[in-house]
Formats: sequence, structure tokens, C-alpha cells
Amino acid sequence: MASRGIRDRVAVVAMGCTTFGEHWDRSVDDLLVDAVTECLSGDALTPEEIDAYWLGTMTSGLSGLTLSRPLAIDNKPVSRVENFCATGSEAFRNACYAVACGAYDTAMAVGVEKLKDSGYSGLVRPAMASDGTSAELTSTAPAAFSLLDPAYCAKYGVDPAAMREAMTHVAWKNHVNGARNPRAQFRKAVPKEKIAGSPLIAGRLGVFDCSGVSDGAAAAVIVRAEDAHRYTDRPMFVKGLSLIAGPGSGPVDPGYDYTTFPEVVASAADAYAQAGITDAASQLSLAEVHDCFTPTEIVLMEDLGFSPRGEAWKHVLDGAFDLDGRLPVNPDGGLKSFGHPVGASGLRMLFECWLQLRGEAGERQLDNPTLGLTHNLGGRPGACVSFVSIVGKELSAA
Amino acid sequence: MTQGIVGYGAYLPVHRLEFADLAATLGTGSPKGSRVVAGFDEDATTMGVAAARPIAEGPIGPLWFATTSPPYAEKTNAAAVHAAVGAGEDGFAVDLAGSSRSGTGALRAAAAGGGLAVFADVRVGMPGSADEREGADGGAAFRFGPVADALAVPVAAASLTAEFLDRWRAPGDLTSRQWEERFGLEMYTPLVAEAVARALGEAGITAADHVVVSSPHARTAATLASKYGAQDVLPLGHAGAADLGLRLADVLDRATPGQTILTISAVDGADATVWRTTDRVGSTRAGVRAQLEAGRAIPYATYLTWRGFLERELPRRPEPERPAGPPAARNAGWKFAFVGSRCDKCGFVHLPPARVCASCRTVGQMTKTSLADAVGTVATYTVDRLAFSPSPPMINAVVDFDGGGRSLLELADARADEVAIGRRVRLTFRRLYTADGVHNYFWKARLMEESDGQ
Repeated sequence: MASRGIRDRVAVVAMGCTTFGEHWDRSVDDLLVDAVTECLSGDALTPEEIDAYWLGTMTSGLSGLTLSRPLAIDNKPVSRVENFCATGSEAFRNACYAVACGAYDTAMAVGVEKLKDSGYSGLVRPAMASDGTSAELTSTAPAAFSLLDPAYCAKYGVDPAAMREAMTHVAWKNHVNGARNPRAQFRKAVPKEKIAGSPLIAGRLGVFDCSGVSDGAAAAVIVRAEDAHRYTDRPMFVKGLSLIAGPGSGPVDPGYDYTTFPEVVASAADAYAQAGITDAASQLSLAEVHDCFTPTEIVLMEDLGFSPRGEAWKHVLDGAFDLDGRLPVNPDGGLKSFGHPVGASGLRMLFECWLQLRGEAGERQLDNPTLGLTHNLGGRPGACVSFVSIVGKELSAA
Repeated sequence: MTQGIVGYGAYLPVHRLEFADLAATLGTGSPKGSRVVAGFDEDATTMGVAAARPIAEGPIGPLWFATTSPPYAEKTNAAAVHAAVGAGEDGFAVDLAGSSRSGTGALRAAAAGGGLAVFADVRVGMPGSADEREGADGGAAFRFGPVADALAVPVAAASLTAEFLDRWRAPGDLTSRQWEERFGLEMYTPLVAEAVARALGEAGITAADHVVVSSPHARTAATLASKYGAQDVLPLGHAGAADLGLRLADVLDRATPGQTILTISAVDGADATVWRTTDRVGSTRAGVRAQLEAGRAIPYATYLTWRGFLERELPRRPEPERPAGPPAARNAGWKFAFVGSRCDKCGFVHLPPARVCASCRTVGQMTKTSLADAVGTVATYTVDRLAFSPSPPMINAVVDFDGGGRSLLELADARADEVAIGRRVRLTFRRLYTADGVHNYFWKARLMEESDGQ
């Protein structure tokens, strides 16, 4: 694959992120204004300096006008993008490439989603005319991801009770982390008994095994790496970006076993190659991953190379991915604590890397982190899009 | 009549309404016995398909579909049956929708010129009514062909028609009404006597080896069964337009070569037919009694919900959209007959059919193949308690079919504690849901019992 990457060619020099939650009092416009205003709140950048915008949203707006109108952006290019739950990441990726190729000096990526206004629990997808035969039309996302649990237990001979404990640990850990994050929707640690005993949603997934829905927005400004220090003394350099759309064949291919996301494996390999990473588990300082449902995070630990196949459930239980573990995963609290405003989540993950690499993560601050990973996936096991980014504190030695 | 029965099938849903539960809820009726009940995802069309599909291989000729509970008005229900039995586009299919007598109508039409007579019904009575207790849901199908291939041949038939108020239902009403019982009995008795006398006379016999009586008028049915010596009456409530077919199928299940069968139908007149079995009888069986015995109880509240008498709160989810006409028409082979495609190059099976092979990426070298009769294995599964379903929770399974092909399917007639990786399944044609008056028909998987073989 000729994925050359743009290692160290661009840098993030400003970010903004709203609190995530039930923003009954704020509209999509308000969330966008809040995120962009915070992003440009430093002295270094003015709106006039942003040459182009990429806006990610799945269901909360159509066209570039979704961003340009509330912010009164004056005749600038605004691209609206959608890629399921990787939508915010996709906006970021495109903005990075626009600057890296020299088309613009400065680009902004913005992600927004307002899900609570629908009145429904779970994501509401636009209905498309269909023959009514796809199980995706009626079965829910928790159901789709719960398929991982029995398949994983069967393949690796994991005692379902142990798997249940590992799933509980994922939710427990992310809520513990989120409790230390003032921007999270849910800011309470949750006892393991409560997680394990929560009302069932799908398969063995209870309420606490599922990320909630919420409203939120986040934004980032991207410039050429050599210009970064004009705007901040602590920029965040982009080391690798990979977005993979799979062939979607898992649900029709008996060769797929529902214990992995092949798209994640492919996008991780691509991003690691771009970033020059040879051993992710030891080289990364932190990882923000798509913990939409607790078994997802367990499988991701293997797909991203943090644990050998069939071992992640043990490492999860051993605390390897806790805030004080060998590789902190979702130090900001993850989707579990933030909820999942689709267009905003990818940028929210980058925001945590931004804070951590700059030493601004407060109570959750890790000890001198240097490399961070963010990961999103959208779709379902066997048919998804996956995004992996690697961001770093320093330019690599040439 | 130039054609005989060359194949027959019958279908009884697995669900049973136990009268003990009904009596406990409503405080009425006797707590003994049960009735056969269609699932929330079953209707006349799906049960007709279930009865007909096993005997519908090859060109089927005209298809006559009889029901008193047509899922659609102003749309030919027989067309969906025709598609789902894999008949493609070739041939005539029409509804005989109305009274229970349309069952006789379908038999007569198919016997006259060959083809497939399909009957199915969902019989609904007001909660606590005799109709509720004495109804039955199910389907039957008879295939007619050359006498030389037949297992039973109609040798004589006679009919009388009388206009009087016995049982009626206004369009749009869920349940029917009936005039007082003694009136119906007095009207039917002489009509049936005349029809039977003519049919027996034409057949040149004085009595038949088997007698089948079918009538929505319960007292008439019981009286006639006794009068004409019907033995070993199928212990099934009245199944509407499917009733005569189910009872004839039950007798054929037990008949031996060279016997005579007298079928009597008392609906808005009287129809009597004499059949003679051939030495082919017994070559296939529909297993009516076995199906009747294999049922299991559902709570009365569930039954009431399924039939629309008990409205329950919907999940906080968007309701599913109705299927759209053009994609449903484009994909009719897939939607109605589970036709996928097999790659000519590598053999990978695609469900639904694809143009580009998911395995070897070859473009446009595919052969259509139906997996409607295939057997598969559960690869993984879930119980979805959040999904919109007419009868939650929805159970979904990833099914890998023997010989290739995978599909994520809803499980029919299953309980959450029964599904497991490795369970074997077959397919069944069902109604997923109804939206904006459009019935969304598709296939579900059904767990096989060990007795199902394989």
C-alpha cells in the first residue's frame, strides 16, 4: 500500500472542546461556536488566519453552511464530511492533508453532534429506501457489538464469567478516569457490582457496557510543522493518519469470526508504519480508543497490538490499561464517560492527547507522555470504517 | 376433474394458547385444552408459504391462495406466496379471499386444471369468546397433477349454495359474528345431506372409509362428524379457509391405498367430494398430528399483544421504515426466495447476491442460488432488548450455511435461553414487521430440534 503518510509535516497548534452531555440549552450552532471560540481563544490565532475548514457531522447538519452560518465565516472553503463514528477523525485527517500538501497554510477541523434532541437512546441513522431485508435495519448497535462476546469466549476458551469481569473492568476503569475530567458527561466512578448488574440491553451487555449518547463539539487548528512555534511553544505533531473502509464482508463471510476488527488491524499497521512505530505497546504513552461497548475495547487491545490474541481480557483485568498501568487507555474517560456525539468524538480523543502531551491534563496527567494514539471505528463488527492517528510531542530525529 | 393430488403439505405454528391461562386472566371458560396460535411474525401468507414450499419444486402451474384473513386488500397475496415458494415470475397466482369456503374453491380450481392450492388463515375471536377458543391458525397446500402421478384422486363432487345469515365480518373488523347456533344447524343439515348423497351416488359408494367435516359452524361440524361417521377427528379448532385442507392432509397422513375419503364442507351451502387414494399414498406425509403435538405455550398477554388486543409501550427507538417498492422489486428473488449468488470462479456464496465476489473480487461471474432450504449453524448470536420488535426481545444469530454463505438473521419461535453457538437452524419465511401498512416479509432462522435430523 502506497501510504506515504505525512509524518511531522503538520502540527496542531490550538484545540477547543465543549463539555459533553445533555445540552438541552444549547443548539448545534451554540456547540460549534463554543468549540471554535475556545480553539481560537489564545492570542496567536484569529479567524481570519484560518484558510479552510473541515466539518464532521453525521446527522446534525448538512453542507458547509452548518459551520459557516453560525460562525459567520466569510467566504472560505468548508467541507462537510461523514464517516460514521470516525466522522470527527475524518475531518481532522482531511484538514491535515490539506495543509501538508501546501494548499493552505492553516486549516481547522471541527466535529459536532447533537444526539439528545432526538429523544431516542442510541444513534438515529437517516433512513434510506431499502428492501427491508438487512438485519441492520432493526438490530441495534449494542446488539451488533455484543456478538463479539460469545464469539470471543468460544474461540479462546475464555470462561464467560471471566469475560464478564473483563468487560466490567473496562467500564469501571473508564468511569474512574472520567470522574477526573471536568468535560466528561458522567463524572462518577461506578462500583463494579453496579456495572455487572445493570439492566441488560443486548446479549450480556448491560447499560454500563454501552456508551451513552450526548451532545458536544471539538475543534483543532492545523498548520505546517515548521510554522508551529509561531503559534504555541507546545505544538502536537502529527505522525501518522490512517482511515480504512473495509469490504464489509464479515456479515456475509463465514471466514470472519467476530473476535477482531480487520479494518482496525489494517489501519493500525498503516498508521504505525507512517509513524515509524515498531512496537506500539511499549512506544505509545497513551491510547484513546473507541470504547463504544466494553467488549469492543477488549478486542481493540489485540487489534491495535497492545496484547497478543486471546490475552487482552487478562491484561485488562491485570490493570495493564488503567491510568497507572503499562499503557493507559482512555485516560480521559472514553466514550463511556463522554457519551458519543459521533462527529465530535474523534476530535475529543485528540483533545486528550493535546492536553496530555502539553502537560495540561490536571488530575489525570501522565508522567511525561511523548506519543499518543487515537482510534475510532464506525459501523459494526465485520463491516466498519476504522481510523488511527499517532500524535507526538516532539519532531522525530531526522 | 382431470387432476389428482400429487403432493401435499401442512403447517401448524408452534405456539399454543393454554385455556388455563385464559381462564385465569379473564375468569371465563374451562381451564382445559389449548389452541394453535400463529406467531406475531406469521400471517396467512407466511403460513401458506410454509405449507407449500416443501411441495413446490419445479413449475407449479397456477397458484390458488385461499384465506379469510388476507394480509393485504387490493394486492394479490398469492403473489408473495408464489415468489416465496421460488416460482419466479412464470405463471398465474390469485387470491380466493373471503369465507372459509374459498378453501373448497382453491381445491376445485386446482383439481380442474392442475396447479397449487394453498390455504392459510389466522382465526381471531374477541377475548373470552368461543371463536377465540375454537379457532386455529395454520396452512395447508395441495399440488395437483396427472392422475398417473397422484396419491389421491377426486372421483365425485357435489355442491349446493344457500344465502342465509350464518357468519359474517365487515371489512376492517378483526373478528366475525355468527347467528344463533340452532338456526345454522337447521339450515346446514339438509344441504349437507343432499350434497353428500349426490357425491356418494356419483362415486358409486354408500359410505367412505374416511370422512372429513369442515365448518366454521362448530355445532354443525360436530353434529355432521357424528352423523357421517367421521373417526379420529383431528383435535384442532376451526382453521378458516385452511380447515378443510388441514383435515384432508391429516387423513392422507393416515390413509392406505385404495381407500375412499369423503370431504364435507358446510359454509354458505354444502360441498361434498369423494376422493380415492392410489398406491402412491404414503409416499410423503405432512405430519399434521406431529406438528399439533409439538407446540408450546405462550402467555395469554403475549397472545393478546400479538393479535392487537393489548397495546404495549414501544421501545424508545425509531420505528422501522416500510420497505420501499423499487428495491423490494429489484431484490424480490432475495427477499422472497432467499436467492443469493455463488461465484463461478471461487464458489463463495453471497447473501444477498453481489456483483463483485467478496472473496476473489471477480466481477460479474455469479450464478443465482437459493438457500431457502439450506441448513446452517449459529456462529454467534445476541438477544437485542432495545430493538424495535412486535414481540421483544429480538434474537439475532449469525448463521453459516452448510456449503457456504453467511447471513445475520432474526431467530423465529425461539427463547433467549435456547440459542447457543453451534445450534443448527433452518429457514422460515416470516413477516419482520409492518410499517405504513406494508408487511415486511423476509426469512428468519429457526432452531432445529435433534429430531429434525442432520
